[in-house]
This record gives sequence, structure tokens and C-alpha cells, in this order.
Amino acid sequence: MEPFIKHTGLVAPLDRVNVDTDQMVPKQFLKFQTRQGYGRVLFYDWRYLPGEKPNPEFVLNAPRYKGASVILARANFGCGSSREHAPWAILDYGFHAILAPSYADIFYNNCFKNGILPVTLSNEQIDELFARTEKKEGYRVTVDLEKQVVTDDDGLRYAFEVDPFRRDCLLKGLDDIGLTLVHEARISAFEAANLKHPAMYEAVDVKHHSDSPQSARHN
Amino acid sequence: MRQLSNRLEGKVESQPEPNTSNSGIAWPVAAAERVGLRSEGLAEDDGIVTIGVGRLYAPALIQITGTLFPRQETKRMAARTLYEKIWDAHVVREEPGQPTLIYIDRHLIHEGTSPQAFAGLKAAGRKVRRPELTFAVMDHSVSTKNRLLPVLDADARGQFEALERNCAETGVHLFDMNSKNQGIVHIIGPELGITQPGQTIVCGDSHTSTHGAFGALAFGIGTSEIEHVLATQCLTQFKSKTMKVEISGKLPHGVTAKDIILAVIGRIGIAGGNGYVFEYTGEAVRGLSMEGRMTMCNMSIEGGARAGMVAPDETTFEYMEGRPFVPRGREFQDVVDFWQTLPTDPDAKYDDTLTFQARDLAPMVTWGTNPGMVTQVSDRVPDPASFSDPVDREAATRALVYMDLKPGTAIEDIPLDRVFIGSCTNSRLEDLRAAAKVVAGKHVSKSLKQALVVPGSRVVKAEAEAEGLDKVFVAAGFEWRDAGCSMCIGMNDDVLMSGERSASTSNRNFEGRQGKGGRTHLVSPVMAAAAAIEGHFVDIRKWNNVDGAE
Repeated sequence: MEPFIKHTGLVAPLDRVNVDTDQMVPKQFLKFQTRQGYGRVLFYDWRYLPGEKPNPEFVLNAPRYKGASVILARANFGCGSSREHAPWAILDYGFHAILAPSYADIFYNNCFKNGILPVTLSNEQIDELFARTEKKEGYRVTVDLEKQVVTDDDGLRYAFEVDPFRRDCLLKGLDDIGLTLVHEARISAFEAANLKHPAMYEAVDVKHHSDSPQSARHN
Repeated sequence: MRQLSNRLEGKVESQPEPNTSNSGIAWPVAAAERVGLRSEGLAEDDGIVTIGVGRLYAPALIQITGTLFPRQETKRMAARTLYEKIWDAHVVREEPGQPTLIYIDRHLIHEGTSPQAFAGLKAAGRKVRRPELTFAVMDHSVSTKNRLLPVLDADARGQFEALERNCAETGVHLFDMNSKNQGIVHIIGPELGITQPGQTIVCGDSHTSTHGAFGALAFGIGTSEIEHVLATQCLTQFKSKTMKVEISGKLPHGVTAKDIILAVIGRIGIAGGNGYVFEYTGEAVRGLSMEGRMTMCNMSIEGGARAGMVAPDETTFEYMEGRPFVPRGREFQDVVDFWQTLPTDPDAKYDDTLTFQARDLAPMVTWGTNPGMVTQVSDRVPDPASFSDPVDREAATRALVYMDLKPGTAIEDIPLDRVFIGSCTNSRLEDLRAAAKVVAGKHVSKSLKQALVVPGSRVVKAEAEAEGLDKVFVAAGFEWRDAGCSMCIGMNDDVLMSGERSASTSNRNFEGRQGKGGRTHLVSPVMAAAAAIEGHFVDIRKWNNVDGAE
């Protein structure tokens, strides 16, 4: 994962509450086997007219937001499906940070696994950012994870909170699995201490089960 | 009730093993006495003995009676909720200021969100740590028509082949599309007994909350986390807050589990549960079958909650007994003893409580583009101007444009194009029985383009066919299909065309969810069935041929 330390970029406003992950990446694009290439389909149904012609009414298609790398969003951003295709598409499109008053749980988690920083600000701060974005073409902000602050060239300075562990992982671009495997001895000890419970940790015996993989394919 | 004492006696003489912790577990005094545990190692309080031991689970605990700690070392457990008990039992590593590493008992995967996880694992040279604890199934993109025909969708075929290859290479058990146990992942987990009370269960699918109906901690995860579980059988997690959602009293005639959960989401909104795990309690919840409890827990995520749970009880144990992956005979008795320790302690505290009176509930219909935009069937489409919050007002305005609905329209006057009975929310045998009862001897409205019944699993399908439900549906003009996610997500060819309107027993009415430009109204199976007959919504409470009348 690429570390996230500090990012400065053009802000694109997405002025809707409850933007769900079905909108970020519609179902027909969930059939691929890669983590790359979803930027083209981000917000597909909103972004394109039939024949994949850009819909001029969708905000990301406005020339002034071309090259944006920070999404300014409303409450409960990323609700719905757990599909990680949503943050993959956001990153692949070129976004590195999100500013919103709140996020849905699974999506928020998924962002940190992909080097995207979802910043939580108050409703009033988000309103102010929408106002500034609308007012000034080319409005840019700097999102500084080290200092935990969002700033602009006109003196705006919003501090934000983020869990220290998540912050550290993002700053260093740490591999989550690698971090857990450091505790391999603990995992093994836990398994050894609990293996005998018939319902919990013992390997499931599929032998008394009539649908073995062999028979399943040919029934 | 099964007799506790019969099962404990034979194990008392087992030799102790070294143990490393002194977590306690509570046992009914009477049961402990019968096996000779009333001794120095016990702390007694309120009819419960607490034994300090190194094992957290009942059967193993009995085996190590010889290591009972002296009374003064016994650690009294504070009263805990169901969620806290499961959490505590799965902590692998806990450090201040860091998320907790918890163990995962069951990992379910499907073709849609797992290929990148296996690819990542392979690229890093890592192995699947416990392949026997992961179960795979093909459900999201499978055809509900003829499975013997080749899969024409090359991308979907690629995912099926990848899942087959990944499972073969790693030793993960796969229910492929031709398995007689194939079905939607959240239907087959419980149905086969893979899902059990007290477990931690994850799946790369937000509706994993379904499994909480058994008193398990179950939640959806992203693909990176799938890879993490494959590699480590653990997840790093932050502890959630707990919300008690109590439904008091008995459900009125025609009101189902689906209506309860839609009413809950309607009240709290789709972000109302963010940061929480819900525990559903109260007489109405106790009175639900496992199927109904699954419907409620399934849609917890639609209220923003990480998980939904129901404490296991006799209904749960009866459901579990005899299922393929559930222990048999004496082992089953042992595991029931453990399950009985799971319900929230009487004095345990929740972070928040929500209370509903069952008698106030009614059949619900969504009118907008998220499950929180919902009202009673006897109501009208709301006027956006009636919302005090400007953000809600704008969202409602936008939703009504997408849904092509006018404020003030009676819900019962909304005409439909298609009806879908299926999905991990409502496609179990009980759902199909209830819907069949409504349509028996009737015929779907001529104004409908399609009425579809998609059983949640092939087991459900076979059971329904054994009862002749397929014939009832087909005679009434429904299509009877093979098992899968189908029109809930529209990844196969079961989709709404642009502008079409559906009554659907599924869980999400997001824009384009069932097909680009499609308009979804979420309802219960009996409401969908009745709507299919009339071609528009009707108040099922006015019909007599409905289950659930009290």
C-alpha cells in the first residue's frame, strides 16, 4: 500500500447524502478479478449517458473539476454493499482523500486498506468547504495526516481526529497482514487453547456431510 | 429442555491441562453441583457459580475441573451482553490504543469479492491458514435458469473458474453452482449448520449480519480483510457500541419480520446504527422463527449497524439439531450447554436502547431510494416539503424524481411491472410458504410483466417442491427458478429494465440496484405476493389467507 502523508489537490464537491457503493461501482463491474482499472466506471450510472457519453450534468464531468483528487462529500458516504471495488475505483480515478461529516462503517475501513484518507469534519466545516469550492474555481486543499489538519491557501485550518493505529498504518503504508503475522505465536496459542471445543475451532468434519466436493460437481 | 446433568457427568474425571488465563465462566449452580463442582474453586452469587479456568467454553471447562483456582483468585465476570461475551471469547491480542486482534471461526466466501484476495495472497507467497474454516459458494452471478448450459457471460465465467481454482489449490470447501447444497451464502451457512451460536463469522458481503440471528457475531468485510482472514484467520477490529432494539408485545396479523426491520430503519435512518451492534429482543422477536430472525438481522446493515444479533434460545437449538455441520448426539448436548451461556446477562448494560410496540407496526413499503425511505402500506408517498431537515428534503425530492412518484399518492395506488420474491432477506422456506398461501388459487395480474420466485438455496427449492409450492406458484403465473442472488443485485440476467417498477422482498432499493433506471419497492413476501395478484400494492391485513394471525 502506498503511504499517505500529506496531499494537496483540487476539490470536487459531491453534494448528496447517503452516497452508496452501488453508485460508486454498479453491479455489472463486480465481475472482474483485478483491483485496478475501476476509475473508468466510478459513479458509472451518474457519470455517463447511454453509449458512455459523459453526462454534462454530473459534477465530475464539469471541466473545472477535471483532475480533482479530493472528494468533498455529505453524510454517510459509502453506505450499503461491502464491495472494496468502491475505494479501488476512487483511488484509480485519482482521488486520495475524502472530506465528509460521516462514513458508513465498512467503506471507511476499506479506504484505510487502500491508502485513501477519509477525513471526518463537522457538518458546519463541510458546509464551509462546499461554499469555498463553489466560489473559487480551482479550489485546492492540503490534507496533512501527520499534523491531522486540512488547510487551504486562504487561511482555512481544520483539525481532524483519526484513530492513531490507522494513522500510523497509513503514514507508513503498512501491510496489515504482515502486522498481524508478527503475532503468529499468539494466534497459534489461541488456537491451541481452543481447538478442542466441538463447535468452535475444531476443523469441521465434512466426512459425515453428504455434499463432498467430489460428489457435488457431479450430482 | 435438554438435561444438563446427563452430559456433564462423564467428563469430570478427565485430567487437567495447563492453562494460561483465568477468565471465568458462569454455570448454573444446580448443574455444577451434580458434577461435584461445589468446592473451593467456586464463587457463588445469584444462583450462578463462577469457575476460574483457562478454557472459555463449557465442555472443555468440565474437563479441567482439577485446575480450579482458589476462591480468592476467582475473577468475577461483570454482567455482559451477548456481543461482549462473544467478543471476549475471541480476543487473540489486545493492546491499549490499538484495534483488537480477534479470531474468526467461520469465513464464507463467494465468487464476487474473493478473487482479488486469493490473488493478493498468492502474490505475497502466503497460504490459507485454516482452509477447513472457510466455505465457498457460487451465488452472486449464477443463472437461475438452466445451469447445465454454458455460462455465456465471460466475466462471470472467469469468476466461477477462479473460485473453483482457488478452492482446489487451497483446500477450501466449495459448493459450486451444481452442488445440491448451492444457494445464497447467507442462506446455506445457517441451513447446513456451518453458522452456529457464539461464533465469529465474516464474509465479503454486507448482509453477513444475517448470521447474527443465531447469536453469532457476524459482519461483512472488504476484500482486503478477506485476504487478511485467509492468511491469519483473524481480523483487527475496533469494539462496537451496543444497541438493544426491543420489540414488545405480539405482532399483529399480516405484519412480519421484514416489516419490523423496515420500521426500525424507518425510525433511525440508514446511518442510525453506525458504530453499533444491534441486539434484537422482546416478545415479538422471541416469537419469530429462525427465518424471521434472519430477515431482521440481515437488514441490520441497512440501518448502518455493523451487526445484528438475537440471543440463542430453544427455537435456535431446535433449528440447529441434525444439520449437516452441527455435532451429533452427546456432542450436540454439550454444545447446547455452551450456547445457553451466551444470552445477555440480566444486569448487563447496553450503550443505547430503542423500543417499539409490536401492536403499532404495520406492513411496510419503501417509497424512495434507500431502505429508510419507508412508510406503512396504508399511508401516502410523503411530500418532501414535510421534512424539516433541508438535507432530508433534498434527498426525498431527488428520490421521488428517480422513483417517478408524486407526493400524496396512496401507496396502494402504485402500479407494478415486476415482482421478485427472493434474496438473502426473504427466500427461505417459511417465506415461500407464506407467499404461496397468499397466491394459491389466484393468478398474477395481467398488468405485470413478470413475477419471479427464486428460492434462496437448492435445499429450500427441494423442500418447497416436496410440498408442492412450486406448483402453486406456477399455477398462479409465477416463474419458479433455481437458487441464487438473482434480481436482488442483478448480476445475472434477472434485472429490471430502465423505468420498470418492482415489488421486491430484497434488502436494497438503491438507484439502479436491480437494473439501471429500475425502481424498487421493498416489502415482505406476503405483501409482494398480494401485490403480484393485484398488480399494485395492497394492504395484506385485509386478506384472510395470511400466516401470522394471532
